[in-house]
Amino acid sequence: MFRTWRQRVTFSDIMVWIIGLAIGVVVVWGTISTIQSGKYSAESWFDLIVKGLALGGVYALIAMGYTLVYGILRMINFAHSEVFMSGPVTAVFLANALAASGFLNKQPLLSILAIALLSMLVSMTVAILVERIAYRPLRNAPRLVPLITAIGASFFLQYTFRGFYGSGFQAYPTIDALAGSWKIGTVQLYKTQAVVIMAAIVLMFLLYAIVMWSKLGKAMRAVSEDREAAALMGIDADKIIVFTFALGGAAAGIGGILYILLFPIAHFYMGFIPGLKAFTAAVLGGIGNVPGAFLGSMVLGLIESLGPNLFLDGLGIPNASQLKDALAFIILVFILIFRPSGILGERTAQTKA
Amino acid sequence: MSKRLFVVLSLFVAAAMLLASCGGATSTYTCTDAIGCVTIAPGDPIHIVYALVVAGPNESLGIDSRNGIEIAISDTGGTILDHPVQFDGEDTGCSAEGGQAAGTKLAADPTIVAVIGTNCSSEARVAMPLFSAAGFVVVSPSNTAPDLTEAGNPNNYPGYLRTAHNDKVQGAVAAEFVYNELGLRKAATIHDGSLYAEKLQEVFATHFVELGGTITAQEAVDPAQTDMSSVLTSIAAGGPEIIYFPIFMPAGGFLIRQARNTPGLEAVKLMGADGLFSSDVMEGGGAEIEGFLVSSPLTQGAEYDAFVAKYQEMFGSAPISIFHAHAYDAYMMIKAAIEKVAIVQSDGTVIIPRQALRDAVYATANFDGLTGNLTCTPTGDCADPYIAVYEYHAGQYPPEVIWKP
Repeated sequence: MFRTWRQRVTFSDIMVWIIGLAIGVVVVWGTISTIQSGKYSAESWFDLIVKGLALGGVYALIAMGYTLVYGILRMINFAHSEVFMSGPVTAVFLANALAASGFLNKQPLLSILAIALLSMLVSMTVAILVERIAYRPLRNAPRLVPLITAIGASFFLQYTFRGFYGSGFQAYPTIDALAGSWKIGTVQLYKTQAVVIMAAIVLMFLLYAIVMWSKLGKAMRAVSEDREAAALMGIDADKIIVFTFALGGAAAGIGGILYILLFPIAHFYMGFIPGLKAFTAAVLGGIGNVPGAFLGSMVLGLIESLGPNLFLDGLGIPNASQLKDALAFIILVFILIFRPSGILGERTAQTKA
Repeated sequence: MSKRLFVVLSLFVAAAMLLASCGGATSTYTCTDAIGCVTIAPGDPIHIVYALVVAGPNESLGIDSRNGIEIAISDTGGTILDHPVQFDGEDTGCSAEGGQAAGTKLAADPTIVAVIGTNCSSEARVAMPLFSAAGFVVVSPSNTAPDLTEAGNPNNYPGYLRTAHNDKVQGAVAAEFVYNELGLRKAATIHDGSLYAEKLQEVFATHFVELGGTITAQEAVDPAQTDMSSVLTSIAAGGPEIIYFPIFMPAGGFLIRQARNTPGLEAVKLMGADGLFSSDVMEGGGAEIEGFLVSSPLTQGAEYDAFVAKYQEMFGSAPISIFHAHAYDAYMMIKAAIEKVAIVQSDGTVIIPRQALRDAVYATANFDGLTGNLTCTPTGDCADPYIAVYEYHAGQYPPEVIWKP
């Protein structure tokens, strides 16, 4: 039976389209008026883009944890923001010890690797423990149950780390090798941002390679497609799930150190906002999809960094930078109105598993 | 029937006797105070609490004030009118939410006589209505927002006083320093939406413009924001020579770290205020702290030196923030007022009428405190303000005093 377009399009569809269109018009209008006003120089735009990409790179590494776990278990691991936090708040002690001994500035590369390794190990351990203690016993429970457990685990971890290291913050030492900038033509490229972007791209490629081409990655994708069939093929699903959590945890741990290079202050609550953003980025890109997580994160990083100056400034909104989080989420709504499954998401994601 | 009547009658008689005996015990003093009295039985402690930020990113501010109060208690032998002092309190988190939680909890305790707090003006705005309704007298060692002691302002509550300066003074000093001493003409300001920061940058901006300077931008950040690039880029577009951001940690630390890494702001001067005077700022600012300016009260004199020596002895370090002497004075003022108004009975019972206590604290005049000669105005400003400008150097705490009025 064919229905006419009048029957197919509901009232709520039209409302959603109007809201989407309104957001689009406001964004374009704001952008045009900012660019016409000529308030910002090309150097400023370049700087904001680089900073946005660096932030996006960090979000991408965190988003991996959400997207991999979703792909395999169809659950949102809300404790992942605390997995991310656990690495850098622990590694700060190593960083300060290295700085105090002078090793940090003599061998910056080795030091950063050591700090990243420690952060990665801590985050990985926390991720594996959370899976083992909080999620595995609930593997066959209804889908809402592990979700609530995840929120509980998140609070538990936050306050455990508060108990360990106190409620104050710990600052990371300044690394001399990363201070300053390179001058390319008229623009400044700050070393920290450049290093973070490069590291994030290399790491994302590495993760993609593991998922696509390694034996464990193939097993992971098989479990994600159909857990029973994979088990019949001789794949130990429990082991693969642990591996997934470990991989996501390791990515978050390294992402934590990249985040710290940008914002060198660690505290027990630092995971909440980046975790929420990375989750948003994963949804934006299409949850369950690795390249999607990367793309979504870069888009979100750019929107956050450019948005306040690009759209809001032109609209004459005061204190635009306070609204950058709101902006990020409005854009999320905008994209999801037109592509409910995310930029690279498959529309059939729900029917799997 | 008559048996039941007898039972009822005898119950009445028993109740009447019980009431009579109660009346007999309290008949020696009847509280006539408008907002009630606190009765402290012989041997019971006098309960004084703190409502300070003693946990989280700004904990140095509150712990430092609490240390000042503990020194005051120890200096006076731990007693008031021969009653021991019970001193405890709540963390206020330097946020409205924290102030609300602490205020609700403390206001429910009728044994509390006085509160020393809060540290941040936003906490006072939400906790004061609760404290005021509970009949406490509140002396803040570090709230500086003008609203809190402005007559007729909705944020001015009865029973509220402070030993800290009013930001009308601090903002003006900062503007004069920037204009006259540094010789800068273009400034931008950033606040974090808190009562303290918003008002202080407003006072600064007003004075700076009156002096003949230009304000290129007045921006705001979120207290929990980490990425400052958009606000800094927006400020850089106006080309200021100095950025004045009287906010708190950790946002202040992120601004210090990121300002130099923004095109157009490589040589800009950075200045904060007393909210960014603590050892946390040293840590948060890293190597970029070099040259960061703050306006803050300066306390000096022989008595203060003795206080610092005692601080060192009791807590093992030099003062970690700036409002320890103000907290010390707050306690001393409260103690003096209690001693003035309390009614001591022959058995040692102390009765403190609450309104009389408030009046006595408001009446404080020529009080010789560590921070100067304190006289309270009818709206609760007690400070003898002496604001200096300090400059941070990497690896050196406390920062160096570079200018005094």
